[in-house]
Amino acid sequence: MHSLDEARGAPLARSDSAAPARRPTASAGFGSPGSDSTVRRIDLNDALIRHPQASYVMRAAGGAMTDAGIDDGDVLLVDRAIRPASGHVVIAVVDSELTCRRLSHHDGATVLRAASPGHPDVLIGPDRPLEVWGVVTHVIKSLLS
Amino acid sequence: MFGLLDANNFYVSCERCFEPRMAGRPVVVLSANDGACIARSNEAKDLGVRMAQPFFQVRHLVRTAGLVAVSANFELYADMSSRMMDIADRYAPDVVPYSIDEAFLQMAGLRGDLVAIGRDLRATVLRETGLPTSVGFAPTMTLAKLANHVAKTAERQPGAYPAHLTQVCDFATLSRAALDRVFAATDVGAVWGVGTQIGARLVASGVRTVLDLVRCDAAALRRQFSVVLEKTLLELRGTPCLRLDEAPAAKQQILVSRSFGQAVTSADGITEAVSEFASRAAEKLRDQASAARSIAVFFTTSPFRPHDRQHSVHVVTPLARPSADTRLLVAAAVRTVRTNFRDGFNYAKAGVTLIDLQPARLQQGELDLRSPGTAEAPHGTGRDRPQLMATIDALNRRYGRDSIHIGSAALASHGEEVRIWATKQERRSPRVTTRWDEMRVVRA
Repeated sequence: MHSLDEARGAPLARSDSAAPARRPTASAGFGSPGSDSTVRRIDLNDALIRHPQASYVMRAAGGAMTDAGIDDGDVLLVDRAIRPASGHVVIAVVDSELTCRRLSHHDGATVLRAASPGHPDVLIGPDRPLEVWGVVTHVIKSLLS
Repeated sequence: MFGLLDANNFYVSCERCFEPRMAGRPVVVLSANDGACIARSNEAKDLGVRMAQPFFQVRHLVRTAGLVAVSANFELYADMSSRMMDIADRYAPDVVPYSIDEAFLQMAGLRGDLVAIGRDLRATVLRETGLPTSVGFAPTMTLAKLANHVAKTAERQPGAYPAHLTQVCDFATLSRAALDRVFAATDVGAVWGVGTQIGARLVASGVRTVLDLVRCDAAALRRQFSVVLEKTLLELRGTPCLRLDEAPAAKQQILVSRSFGQAVTSADGITEAVSEFASRAAEKLRDQASAARSIAVFFTTSPFRPHDRQHSVHVVTPLARPSADTRLLVAAAVRTVRTNFRDGFNYAKAGVTLIDLQPARLQQGELDLRSPGTAEAPHGTGRDRPQLMATIDALNRRYGRDSIHIGSAALASHGEEVRIWATKQERRSPRVTTRWDEMRVVRA
């Protein structure tokens, strides 16, 4: 059994603003819920990626960001559509290398801070302009080896 | 009004997005088998590297001038292209990809300052993909192409054009006199549709600049050259002769696409449409005696139905060898649909572009180790069958389009005939956006 909308072959109206999934429709009779295509399984793309055209996946190598929750080998979701702001973990170009650091604007100074002891911060200045490649939005860690 | 969005040195720019070391250095991208330079950075152009120049002729520049040479990474380029096209979709009600790195935008009905819109589009593409682009606007497609050329050249050669035309150029903002000065500063060969041969003939008859061409007598031009060139002339004078869906085939690509009257939601529906487009594109391909090295397929929802969930697919499949065979091209297109289709979307538009074309007679034989065909049974060999194709074309001409067409369902099961890129590419960069095990590593 399908909803009346579908039975008439009319396209489902999508006027509701939420609209991420098909609007659940009331079904009459004893239709099999299993054959109803109005439910949608959680899609990690929808949940984690706000700007698909601007999103990239990268892998971290090194231990300079462990206190920010980023360990060697972790997978990073990087969004280039987000405007970098102080406090964001970013991918920046440092000495021509893509480098993961925390961006900090403080007391008029811009610094790319490591998040682990023993790793130097990178001070942004006239001889070293800030070049942010993208903003890290999520970290994926594999707990199985 | 039309817009033309075009990425600068597209393949090189894609490589640079993920490799900051390449910034500011001369870079070339090499063709299959690393034979020829098919894309050059501005620095490589300044070193004198020519388009399609064999790599062995410039190999010494790697040592002497720091030239970086990489193999073509078509998966990366296809994905970056798709990102760029999707962003363009936000800015215009109709976007038609014209090749992997450029798209026409239909700007009719949009209010506001086009230059501001163009700058915003350019900035967004740059921010979200890292790709530098140029944008041209004008009342006709031919003029939009030219405006794009001006925007690009003004940036690359400061002083060639007024500085305010750099990166984004809207001809409609120029006075008649200013436009004439731009035309006078532009070689006639830069006009879309004027090829090398016609260009040389025009120059020989004293028509050197675009301004010279615009001042030609239309009827005389038609007699001396062709109706096509007359149309070009009319378009340069601001009279639209081309519509978005009938862009003339550039030398390097053939596009067949269509917006659906009613949303298509099923894989079968998209498969059917894309098969038809691939067949028609293949026919056009044979008409001009070419073969394609890659086939691009796209299908997309409409960003102008904001309550719909959005999804768009643009995939370029390199063919194992150049082909003009409907069966192979349809099979490749169908496979793209089968792999990328997602349920639950209202698809509004689809298309097929045959790209990277070459003359059909250059077709190479190859040792085929994967198919079971024999000399006696050539069906399985994956070779083009020109006679069969000629017969189909003749029948369709005589009895009307689609009297004979390729059954997609049957072909899908022979998908293995179309093999993914399998040539030698020693210097290819990782496919960082399409392969999980090749993602870019960053220092942390």
